[in-house]
Amino acid sequence: MSAYINIIQEYKDIPGGLIEAYHALQREYNYIPEDAIAEAAKIFGVSEARAYGVATFYSYFKVGERGRYVIRICESAPCHVAGAAEVVKALEQQLGIKMGETTGDGKFTLEFCECVGQCQATPVITVNSKPYLDVSPEKIPGILSECQ
Amino acid sequence: MAEEMRIVLRNYGKIDPLNIEDYLKAGGYKGLEKARAMSQIDLINEVKKSGLRGRGGAGFNAGAKWSFSYNTGAEVKYVVCNADEGEPGTYKDRIIMENDPQSLLEGMAICGYAIGAQKGYIYCRGEYPYVVDILNQAIDQAKAKGVLGDFDIEVRMGAGAYVCGEETALIESIEGHRGEPRFKPPFPPVAGLWSNPTIVNNVETFANIPVILEKGADWYSSIGAKSYPGTKVLTLTGDVNNRIFIEVPTDTTIRQVIYDFGGGIPDNKKFKAVQIGGTSGGFIPESLLDTSIDFDSMSGIGAALGSGAVFVMDETRDIVDVVQRITKFFEHESCGKCTPCREGTKRMNEIICRLNSGQGLAYDLTTLEKLGRVMSVACLCGLGQAAPAPVLTTLKHFADDYSAHLN
Ligand SMILES: Cc1cc2nc3c(=O)[nH]c(=O)nc-3n(C[C@H](O)[C@H](O)[C@H](O)COP(=O)(O)O)c2cc1C
Ligand code: FES
Repeated sequence: MSAYINIIQEYKDIPGGLIEAYHALQREYNYIPEDAIAEAAKIFGVSEARAYGVATFYSYFKVGERGRYVIRICESAPCHVAGAAEVVKALEQQLGIKMGETTGDGKFTLEFCECVGQCQATPVITVNSKPYLDVSPEKIPGILSECQ
Repeated sequence: MAEEMRIVLRNYGKIDPLNIEDYLKAGGYKGLEKARAMSQIDLINEVKKSGLRGRGGAGFNAGAKWSFSYNTGAEVKYVVCNADEGEPGTYKDRIIMENDPQSLLEGMAICGYAIGAQKGYIYCRGEYPYVVDILNQAIDQAKAKGVLGDFDIEVRMGAGAYVCGEETALIESIEGHRGEPRFKPPFPPVAGLWSNPTIVNNVETFANIPVILEKGADWYSSIGAKSYPGTKVLTLTGDVNNRIFIEVPTDTTIRQVIYDFGGGIPDNKKFKAVQIGGTSGGFIPESLLDTSIDFDSMSGIGAALGSGAVFVMDETRDIVDVVQRITKFFEHESCGKCTPCREGTKRMNEIICRLNSGQGLAYDLTTLEKLGRVMSVACLCGLGQAAPAPVLTTLKHFADDYSAHLN
């Protein structure tokens, strides 16, 4: 609990710092722990409802646990026509989970996302924000084995 | 054969973006020096005269926008750079920031001097954490060199909400709130960030400013299309041989973009459609390819230049399937503040899904058209207003694709 407080405190005096604090929490945990929302509300002097409302508005933030490696697949039109669906199928098959789920060992989470601005080499996926370009089903095992 | 012209990307590949000395050697910060030797009014008039219009989608004259903030006489004002770059198929602001971050900082500092602001924010999308690092390093170097004078710049990170590219939603987000657009007026140049006068400009707009100062308004206004002078950075995606970015004068035609620069359609297939300006842009058929890409010519054919994304589709693409991706995008990205957008994007996606799965009826097409027309005038912000464009333009130009899906 106190770990959250220390992280959030750092942004307390920055105007509009709540979102920056959430980014910092997510850098630490890969998600925003539920309890941290209540702490953030106290520290920034806003209602818990408001702090929760901000955290859940943004798709980059995830309240509640997810895997250590968050794999996001771009499904915007350019990636879609380049074959994003096959990449999704390969990831689901190899990890044994569906989109939106986390593997039993808490290692991987699969999520859809929209364009991540790397459209020169579609389809694109990101692993903890790091982009992988021109992804095909054949490249998936290699990408997964990098996650150690 | 049309040729590129690099103004915004003048330093691309020529300097080390993480070394301010390189930028200075290439003539960097001369524009700011020149600006500071001018009166604020003369500076604003020079930018106005260049004819530079916003590169973020709305196409407003940059100098004219600055004059609104200048005229307020408020004590605290802000300069905000819109680096949210959320339009699918767009990555031009990333290319600018990764390769020449100082030119963005210089453009912002010139704006700061012009309107009388001491503080600037760059709102960079959360998907670009590596760009945030570059920007912070560039700011540290500029501060250490003292080139920015008393102008301070801070980077804020977005968190994956397309609507935060809309300037008032972006301001809400910097303030630490949900990114919901505000009612306008008042417009940001008069009352923006923390209710203070705020200029929001796109990355590419700011990156043009130092050159305009250096080479003069007359030089700039003579390039490209008369009513939207200068160049535009475009990003080519989809069914095109060269999936590249280019910077071209604004009087370049769509056909030149796709064939001269893009190298045409792969595998000897035929061209079917191009969507320009990102996901909210209209679809353009073969018959309109000789249109020039400038803002007004594009509006003239019911399309938009927007962010400059150029998404090409070949003859094998099913338009309804692509449009379904787009309507799902808008349903997801609608912030829910206003009813026509919240409900409209949902129903629009529902109908398109029905059509795409072969369950649609002719009646659905009429409903789509009506819904689209209502949304384009009734929605609070540009998201909902532009969301129907892909549907309406495909209904118009690619009616056969829809008929083929009817039950
Ligand atoms: C839904 C929506 C998304 C937008 N996204 C962006 C964006 O990602 N980048 C941008 O510069 N402008 C975006 N805009 C336009 C901004 O509201 C604003 O007009 C622009 O930043 C002004 O800068 P400019 O005059 O230099 O173009 C968006 C507008 C809407 C309605
Ligand atoms: S469309 Fe997928 S990264 Fe841009």
